[in-house]
Amino acid sequence: MSQIVLPQSQISYLSDGVSLRSWLLTTDHKRIAILYMISITAFFFLGGSAAALIRYNLIVPEGMIQSAETYNRLFTMHGIIMVWFFLVPAVPVTIGNFVVPLMLGARDLAFPRLNLASWYLFMAGGFCALYALFSGGVDTGWTFYTPLSSNYAQGHVVVVVMGIFISGFSTIATGINFIITIHRLRAPGLTWYRLPVFIWSLYSTSIIFVLATPVLAITLLLLMFETLFHVGVFDPKLGGDPLLFQHLFWFYSHPAVYIMILPGLGVVSEIIPVFARKELFGYKFVVWASVSIAIIAFFVWGHHMFVSGQSLFASVLFSMLSYFVAVPSAIKVFNWLGTLHKGRIRFDAPMIYALGFIGLFTMGGITGLYLAALAADVHLHDTYFVIAHFHYIMVGGMVSAYFAALHYWWPKITGKMYPEMIARAAALLMFLGFNLTFFPQYILGYLGMPRRYHAYPPEFQVLNVLSSAGATILAAAYLLPLFYLTYSIFRGARAPANPWGSLGLEWQTPSPPFTKNFVVTPTVTEGPYAFSKHETFDV
Amino acid sequence: MKLTLPLAASTGAETDDLLLGLVGVSIAVLALVFGLMGFYIIRYRHNSPIDRGALEEKSFRFEISWTIATLVVFFGLFIWGSVIYVRQFQPTGNALKIYVIAKQWMWKIEHAGGQREINALHVPIDTPVELVMTSEDVIHDFFVPVFRVKRDVLPGQYETLRFRADRAGTYHLFCSQFCGTDHSNMIGDVVVMPAKAYADWLTSNGAGDTLADQGKILFIRYGCAGCHLGGGTVRAPSLAGLYGSPVPLSDGSTVLADDRYIRDSIMYPKQQIVASYEPIMPSFANVIPENDLVRLVAYIHSLAEEKRG
Ligand code: HEC
Ligand code: HEM
Ligand SMILES: [Cu+2]
Ligand SMILES: [Cu+2]
Repeated sequence: MSQIVLPQSQISYLSDGVSLRSWLLTTDHKRIAILYMISITAFFFLGGSAAALIRYNLIVPEGMIQSAETYNRLFTMHGIIMVWFFLVPAVPVTIGNFVVPLMLGARDLAFPRLNLASWYLFMAGGFCALYALFSGGVDTGWTFYTPLSSNYAQGHVVVVVMGIFISGFSTIATGINFIITIHRLRAPGLTWYRLPVFIWSLYSTSIIFVLATPVLAITLLLLMFETLFHVGVFDPKLGGDPLLFQHLFWFYSHPAVYIMILPGLGVVSEIIPVFARKELFGYKFVVWASVSIAIIAFFVWGHHMFVSGQSLFASVLFSMLSYFVAVPSAIKVFNWLGTLHKGRIRFDAPMIYALGFIGLFTMGGITGLYLAALAADVHLHDTYFVIAHFHYIMVGGMVSAYFAALHYWWPKITGKMYPEMIARAAALLMFLGFNLTFFPQYILGYLGMPRRYHAYPPEFQVLNVLSSAGATILAAAYLLPLFYLTYSIFRGARAPANPWGSLGLEWQTPSPPFTKNFVVTPTVTEGPYAFSKHETFDV
Repeated sequence: MKLTLPLAASTGAETDDLLLGLVGVSIAVLALVFGLMGFYIIRYRHNSPIDRGALEEKSFRFEISWTIATLVVFFGLFIWGSVIYVRQFQPTGNALKIYVIAKQWMWKIEHAGGQREINALHVPIDTPVELVMTSEDVIHDFFVPVFRVKRDVLPGQYETLRFRADRAGTYHLFCSQFCGTDHSNMIGDVVVMPAKAYADWLTSNGAGDTLADQGKILFIRYGCAGCHLGGGTVRAPSLAGLYGSPVPLSDGSTVLADDRYIRDSIMYPKQQIVASYEPIMPSFANVIPENDLVRLVAYIHSLAEEKRG
């Protein structure tokens, strides 16, 4: 029996060491991406279980769960886990880690060890948060408004805040790593305007990571000071200012909501051209739309405070700026439609997710216009309308984008094909379940149902039951990929190097890639979506 | 299942128009996006034999036109929303003033006549009402859906909320800012009554002393009178005629003496010093509880009315 011995440079990253140690101490960006993927999947289903209980509680007006205390802890836990331990790291950090060096034709990120350290920081923060959430919980909501959180809340506010604080350093480190990698490690010929849009959107996201996260860190630090040492910062009883916290928090958190969508916009801009076999319409506009979103996002935080008692002038100004930030988002939607025009559209699962994304993102974005209109926000603020708005974008949009990305790059990541038909079914189910869950919440909000209510007046019941029914479908749709993707790792067909006929560099190396990504560093001679020059390439 | 929300305040009519306008814009945009998307994915599905012709090269013109189109529409919405909002902040002459004090987890209402209620607010129909609101602990939010009004209620500060109810009935009052364990129990009823019924309600709940009268007693008990009623050795401004008039401050600026100013003068006297007076007034922060404070403010308010006759 003869055996072919591959040269070291041509071993797949998955077979390059199988011990636990070789995974936990790896500096390979692809393996670190897998570590992230496992962690955020766990967080996703944890946060999801909390959501399931929330929807369960709201089936009846008086609340299925006996105690309001428990309910409050559940939605706080849901928000904290989903925002900081799933959505923020999902596409940028997890998918980004895997594909950024590959897309750039690089061997790894600029600082591989820092990259590993980021994962450890993330996990340290995650465990802190989990400890706090399970050893008694926190009842402040993910927004931690003071003085409730500093001097009135029960539970482990300080510990959970510590966890978010620590994981913040992980995102800052990843942001720096991406920025430097994109600047320094592009393959020969890969000019800025030949970069895939996904890279541009991660670049914009990284800017926000680096500029906004420190503000969150400072805010949380001040919150801890006030809680522990009763230094008056936010509580008027101690001489503080209750609105200061909101200003600081939203100065971070509004840009952070764009952390939770820009990478999704990038994924969709990546997938639509591939499955429409057509160049991305208005490449430069899409790219600069991402960058301008990242910049304007820093100047709209006050739109979360239209009824909080901030000055009239501030409200009017923030309303105007909010409309400005919506313009680049609208531009992107039109450009995707322009890309579909005259394409040769295929409906593989990633594309179905991406099309679903366009629909849900548009519906979420449009309702942003309601909330940015001052007088309308007075009525809709802090009702279920706001809940529906941001779930449409963050769950309908970003989670769909994450699944789109996962399916699209799955063959590259694992070297296996997922079962196509069931994946398409799951994508459709997700779209339907999502709408059934969240559309009724727009109406609930307009009818006046406030958010974060453990019990509610009986006239809201029908819509709440509809929403909970939708949530069951949605849960099933999220569980499906967990099973069939896992199954495909063991039983899936072997993936070719380029199953979708994409033109990106990551597809020019085998699936799964070598540890060092490329045997020879590729040279780039054209833009990322020049499908018109590759007619024959059609698969 | 009802899908529309009744309106019970004339001040909310404009908000409803705006919401309707927004729904119109959304339907138009959604029809465009979903319509085009559906049309393209059917017409240009990969196995469709249709001739795709030449591809447009001039994307620039499209980009500019839809950017400008969205900007124009968005700017219109911005102006529309802002105009209504700014108007909601304009004071209306001789509004009925009612004090609202929120605490975990109840609404305490203090009427000028001394009537008090908890988790209920009675107001007359077709009368402008002005709520002066504060909180004793965390941030709450006063939300009456049928009036289309909502305002955060902050500790350490007065916020004013205005509306004019125009339909009798009993409606929901919600706290819509998460405020701790029993947040969802911090609800109540707003009862809008015809003028006659309201007058009856006031008399049958009249507890005796008006807010201002009770404030007068407190004014002596807290030692304000010693300085402010003159005669003593210290020089302090007279408070008669203060409410609603401009006050020159020592830093050269002028402020209007409204509820918030009077409150701040008592709680944080050092922050705004009346011109030509010494900053000798002690701070009463953490000394006077919110319910006494509204009485003092009501008393100072009444002094101005007495003076004007
Ligand atoms: C030690 C004397 C003193 C006491 C006691 C005192 N004040 Fe004053 N107060 C002053 C002086 C002096 C000023 C003007 C300087 C300033 O603005 O601080 C003033 C200003 C004010 C003003 C602003 C007046 C204006 O014309 O703008 C108000 C309102 C007021 N006091 C209310 C009260 C109330 C209510 C109390 C009792 C709870 C009180 N004061 C107790 C001395 C006092
Ligand atoms: C298209 C432009 C958008 C506009 C004009 C807009 C506008 C607004 C406004 C005005 C609010 C405050 C509502 C209120 O509390 O009363 C809000 C809330 C929110 N938005 Fe958006 N939004 C837009 C896009 C997005 C995107 C892209 C995301 C996320 C990816 C997002 C996530 C959120 C979140 C998380 C909240 C609520 C946070 C909370 O109170 O818990 N929005 N939006
Ligand atoms: Cu925002
Ligand atoms: Cu509340």
